[in-house]
Amino acid sequence: MSATSSVSATEGIGPDNPAPLVEPPRARSARTPKSTRTNFELYGWIFMRLSGIVLVVLVLGHLLIQLVLDGGVSKVSFAFVAGRWASPFWMAWDLIMLWLAMLHGANGLRTIINDYAQRDGTRFWLKMLLYTATVFTVLLGTLVIFTFDPNIR
Amino acid sequence: MATPTLEKPAEAGTDHLVTVTFRIRRFNPEVSEEVHWQDFEIAIDPKERVLDALHQIKWHEDGTLTFRRSCAHGICGSDAMRINGKNRLACKTLIKDITAIKGSVATKPILVEPIKGMTVLKDLVVDMEPFFQAYRDVMPFLITSGNEPTRERLQSAEDRERFDDTTKCILCAACTSSCPVFWNDGQYFGPAAIVNAHRFIFDSRDEGGEQRLEVLNDKDGVWRCRTTFNCTDACPRGIEVTKAIQEVKKALITRRF
Repeated sequence: MSATSSVSATEGIGPDNPAPLVEPPRARSARTPKSTRTNFELYGWIFMRLSGIVLVVLVLGHLLIQLVLDGGVSKVSFAFVAGRWASPFWMAWDLIMLWLAMLHGANGLRTIINDYAQRDGTRFWLKMLLYTATVFTVLLGTLVIFTFDPNIR
Repeated sequence: MATPTLEKPAEAGTDHLVTVTFRIRRFNPEVSEEVHWQDFEIAIDPKERVLDALHQIKWHEDGTLTFRRSCAHGICGSDAMRINGKNRLACKTLIKDITAIKGSVATKPILVEPIKGMTVLKDLVVDMEPFFQAYRDVMPFLITSGNEPTRERLQSAEDRERFDDTTKCILCAACTSSCPVFWNDGQYFGPAAIVNAHRFIFDSRDEGGEQRLEVLNDKDGVWRCRTTFNCTDACPRGIEVTKAIQEVKKALITRRF
């Protein structure tokens, strides 16, 4: 409908000036995407629960070590990090925490975008931004954990 | 009155009437693209239902007011609407239960809107087609294999009890139109379709459970449920809708692992 219809629509409704047609926005038409037939959402749902349980231990342990024990946050320095990452145990801890937290958070944000973005375009670009940021952070973090050099100058 | 009737003492019994303002969301695409709120002040017995008030308005005040109702007794599921911000059946909601009455005047107006998430056609009437499309997609009918038995298909009382709760659905759409996920993306099947799939998935006589589970395993299926319990609160039949959705999720997971 043209812009003229909004105010003057009260008068002269007739064969030449029909009432504005309201298309149902949620009808399943030929353009509606086909059903997915994969278990992606199922695995995503389970991953969120399992990673959440593991993250409670990893993150609370991390916060305890970094912020509470041995003089709190003031002790954290390059030497402190270098000392911890000399042990494969803390490297594994940080690596698992990084991957689980990033994937858990990214999947959570993905569902939030799916739930809240109104237009398909907005939804697509927000998710592309999210995936780019996630991949970048995960790769950068992994790179640092594996190539950390305590003798760097 | 034109018809000669026994002259009832109509004036005598008006003490029980209460003045209630109904604030109704009006929309008529043939008049304006804009919606507006219209107030109707009527005198009505507070023990009457909201549907009676709508009838009184339509029959005596404004004949253009449009809403759906068929049986008017909570069975057909036609008159689900948003009353004071909550999805209810107008035919099961007593005026005295949703408004405070001081003297013989209701203190606040009663808000009546169409259910959310579906296209409003006129006033309180919405396009239910997407809702019924989702319902059809879960195949809400008995699926069996083999020859038709010559007698009825028998079932134990325990097997019947398993899905008893979800047989109560009247397809009023109060649950689906209270779901925030459905509000924003109508591709989500919605609680009502899942409830009606549940009714057959857990029926021991039915053999189409796998197909229905596969349909609901879709990205717009049960995994979009955020367990906000809006549907359970909205259901006028008291179905534990969120529980039914969770049981379908559980069936999907135990099927896989």
